[in-house]
Amino acid sequence: MSTLIAILVLGLIATCFGALLGYASIKFKVEGDPLVEELDALLPQTQCGQCGYPGCKPYAEAVANGEAINKCAPGGEDTIKKIADLMGVEVQPLDESHVADNTPKVAFIIEEDCIGCTKCIQACPVDAIIGASKQMHTVIIDECTGCDLCVAPCPVDCIKMIPITTTTSNWQWDLDNIPVVQID
Amino acid sequence: MESVIERITRGHFWKFHGGIHPPEQKQLTNNKPIRQIPIPAELVIPLQQHIGHAGELLVKVGDKVLKGQPLTQHTTAMSVPIHAPTSGTITDIKNAVIAHPSGLSDRCVILAPDGEDTWRERQVCNDVNMLSHDDLISRIASAGIAGMGGAGFPAHIKASSQKKINYLIINAAECEPYITADDLLIRENSPTIIQGIDILAKLLKPTQILIGIEDNKPEAAKVLMQACENRTDIKVCVLPTKYPTGGEKQLIQVLTGQEVPSGVIPVNMGIVMQNVATCFAIAEAVIHDIPLIRRVVTVSGQALEKPQNVWALLGTPVKHLLDCCDFKRSSKPHLIMGGPMMGYSLPTDAVPVVKTTNCILAPSDKEISQENKEVECIRCGQCAEACPAQLLPQELQWSAKAKDHDQLQKLNLFDCIECGACAYVCPSQIPLVHYYRVAKAEIRQKHLLEVKAEHAKARFEARKVRLEKEKLAREEKHRKAAEARRARMNAGTPEGENAKSAVAAALARVKAKKAQSGIADVETSAESAPISPVAAAVARAKAKKLAAKKKAEQALLSTDTPSSEASLEQKAPLNANNATLESKENQASIANVSDKPSDATISKDGDEAISKPTKSAQVAKAVARAKAKKRAKEMQSEKAPENANKSAESKVTDSNATLTETATETEKASKTIREEKVIPNASSANKNNETKVSVSSETPDDTNDTAVTEPSKQDRIKAAIAKAKAKQQSKPKADLVVDDLKASANNDDSKEKRIALAIEKAKAKKQQRTEST
Repeated sequence: MSTLIAILVLGLIATCFGALLGYASIKFKVEGDPLVEELDALLPQTQCGQCGYPGCKPYAEAVANGEAINKCAPGGEDTIKKIADLMGVEVQPLDESHVADNTPKVAFIIEEDCIGCTKCIQACPVDAIIGASKQMHTVIIDECTGCDLCVAPCPVDCIKMIPITTTTSNWQWDLDNIPVVQID
Repeated sequence: MESVIERITRGHFWKFHGGIHPPEQKQLTNNKPIRQIPIPAELVIPLQQHIGHAGELLVKVGDKVLKGQPLTQHTTAMSVPIHAPTSGTITDIKNAVIAHPSGLSDRCVILAPDGEDTWRERQVCNDVNMLSHDDLISRIASAGIAGMGGAGFPAHIKASSQKKINYLIINAAECEPYITADDLLIRENSPTIIQGIDILAKLLKPTQILIGIEDNKPEAAKVLMQACENRTDIKVCVLPTKYPTGGEKQLIQVLTGQEVPSGVIPVNMGIVMQNVATCFAIAEAVIHDIPLIRRVVTVSGQALEKPQNVWALLGTPVKHLLDCCDFKRSSKPHLIMGGPMMGYSLPTDAVPVVKTTNCILAPSDKEISQENKEVECIRCGQCAEACPAQLLPQELQWSAKAKDHDQLQKLNLFDCIECGACAYVCPSQIPLVHYYRVAKAEIRQKHLLEVKAEHAKARFEARKVRLEKEKLAREEKHRKAAEARRARMNAGTPEGENAKSAVAAALARVKAKKAQSGIADVETSAESAPISPVAAAVARAKAKKLAAKKKAEQALLSTDTPSSEASLEQKAPLNANNATLESKENQASIANVSDKPSDATISKDGDEAISKPTKSAQVAKAVARAKAKKRAKEMQSEKAPENANKSAESKVTDSNATLTETATETEKASKTIREEKVIPNASSANKNNETKVSVSSETPDDTNDTAVTEPSKQDRIKAAIAKAKAKQQSKPKADLVVDDLKASANNDDSKEKRIALAIEKAKAKKQQRTEST
């Protein structure tokens, strides 16, 4: 008799907890992978595709699924460190095939050479190039992420990447680098 | 509890945390009047001298300007204009080193004064009360007045506040050691300053006006008190001297007892603060219509023989000021703009005086040592005691060195006013403020990048959505079109029947064609019977295909095998006449030695050899040429590196030759057309065309530029082939060709030329790519 009671009680408790867990799994269901969002937030959003994925979000998804964390060239060591912290893995040096200088650049169209083929417009991941067929194109500097993707499709090589010039608004205090000249 | 005013009347003020008492050096300059100095030989006027945006330039190089004439106009709320400080000529508008710690260059207007100092027309206002609120604001804004205490905030924005203002505080504290510019300005111009204060009071309608002045300026305080003797709304508050009482937040706390919380601007607390020099400038602008073109600058320091306050025109190079005050040049001259506590070292003495420049300090080596004697922090905590913003300077320092930006923000780094009190008291002589400045700039930059990344992400996502939408729309459109077509055909209407029968006819044609080519095959293999020109052409097309295949195989086996021989062998059974062969050989040899300028003559010979052409000969020739082109392509890709060195001239000859060739061929082609008319079998003519098309389709480029002028399809094809040939020859040196073409395009700037140039460039690029892979 007491065995039966014990089984009944345990069964009842198990049912209760089962119901609770079942409810929780529906009520607190997480839509999508929050890790992907967090990884995406760490990436520089240049959408350059140098990692081999068509944009930062796809790479974030790939990293969440076990892709190497060292493929983001524009982000550089900083980004790798942050991803490593988030993923709880070792920091790796930047993938050798991706070693590139990551000085911030913007695309610049040499306008007199532009033939208006619209190929760069199609390549731009952030719609930062304006122009129409057989019309001269130009780059909206503020929107350009410097991803380099427009350079290759240009049939007349009229796009070049120029480093962002230092102005008083984006200048970094670097106490060793103030150009001290002899005053005479 | 007594009110703020009662407390002030009794002379009891509040205190702010920390603060220091650095040695005063005001006696160097405060005993001499403000000096008028001669106009310098050149004025360098930066377009932006304040916080916000530069105005839009109104003048150009060579313009003659009058004193007070605006050089820029304000377009946005946060921009203020600049004015010509004296009459003269604009000699240049260029980048020049500006008054900024970075030593960076910015846009400056260079003005060569004519020495006459001629004013533009001015509208003096005798009664300020006549002017409306908006008139006053626009007068202040168009006079280009920005806060002259150091920050350079546009004065008209502060003055046009719509909030209820309790206190208008006039900052005359001037707490930095050395600086006496405001002191002297008050002593000499107190009535004008009071007028300025009245204008501000008219705009802001404060309940009380407080003038804060430190007790180390007794003369100035006395003058102010006299000027305000009969005024109940203005209180002159003589405050105990302590650095940095002149800081906005500190002065508010001392005068009203209210602490400005982090991230709150004083206007939201009902308090507006203006510098005393700004009040003077406002009065001059509104009453006398004098824009902000000059200011009092303290030129001080023991490296000067005659330190003194001077009236400096904006844009005066620092060098001129130093010369006026007899600068003793040492081996390592050191110049500071601003006071010794908050100023920054200047990279050069060509830097101009701007609206925010209150002091130029030229200290001797003894006064301010340039050597950095920084040692490790001993954690004494004196910096925390001295900090007027109640921060933890040593914690900030460690976090700044470790670049721990999150921690820095937690420690409220951005509440640091960079007063330098912590660095002053530091026994280890750590330049703490420098670390904070670096960290602040880094954090700002990081924040900017984050904003930009977020923006880029949004744009990327939006683009993806748009592309997806477009794709769906396209698919939908295609589907609908297909459906409509099907419906039309099945509708049973006469058009539908027509469409149906058209499709059926097309199918039948294709079948017939297939059958015919089968017959042609048989004929080719038979090879003995005297074949008609048409059949020969068909056969040649077949053989060509075969040859191409063989050639590909051979190329795989060994690239050294002269494939043109092989192709000739393949051709041999089908030869139409000797002339064709000859021309073929010629072409092949041309391809092999393509860089020879004799190309044109050879090919012309070849043309003459077949100048009595049957149609089959024409076709054969075209085929041969295509082949030669292919062969040439192979050769070229091998030879490319060598050829690249060849001179440009030979190429020019090449392209000229091609032109002549094209012309010759056009003639020939027209002959062919005439012959074709004679030939009775129309379908065979079609065949012939097809062969030619297949040949020409190997040339990937478009021939639009030449095609426009040519009359028939055949002609176009010929021209294309000829062009392709020429292209093959000139490709390795395409860069040079481009140069040539560019040169010619310059001479004759027609649209065709430019198109040709672009096409040529594209081709060259393509070729380079195939070579590199």
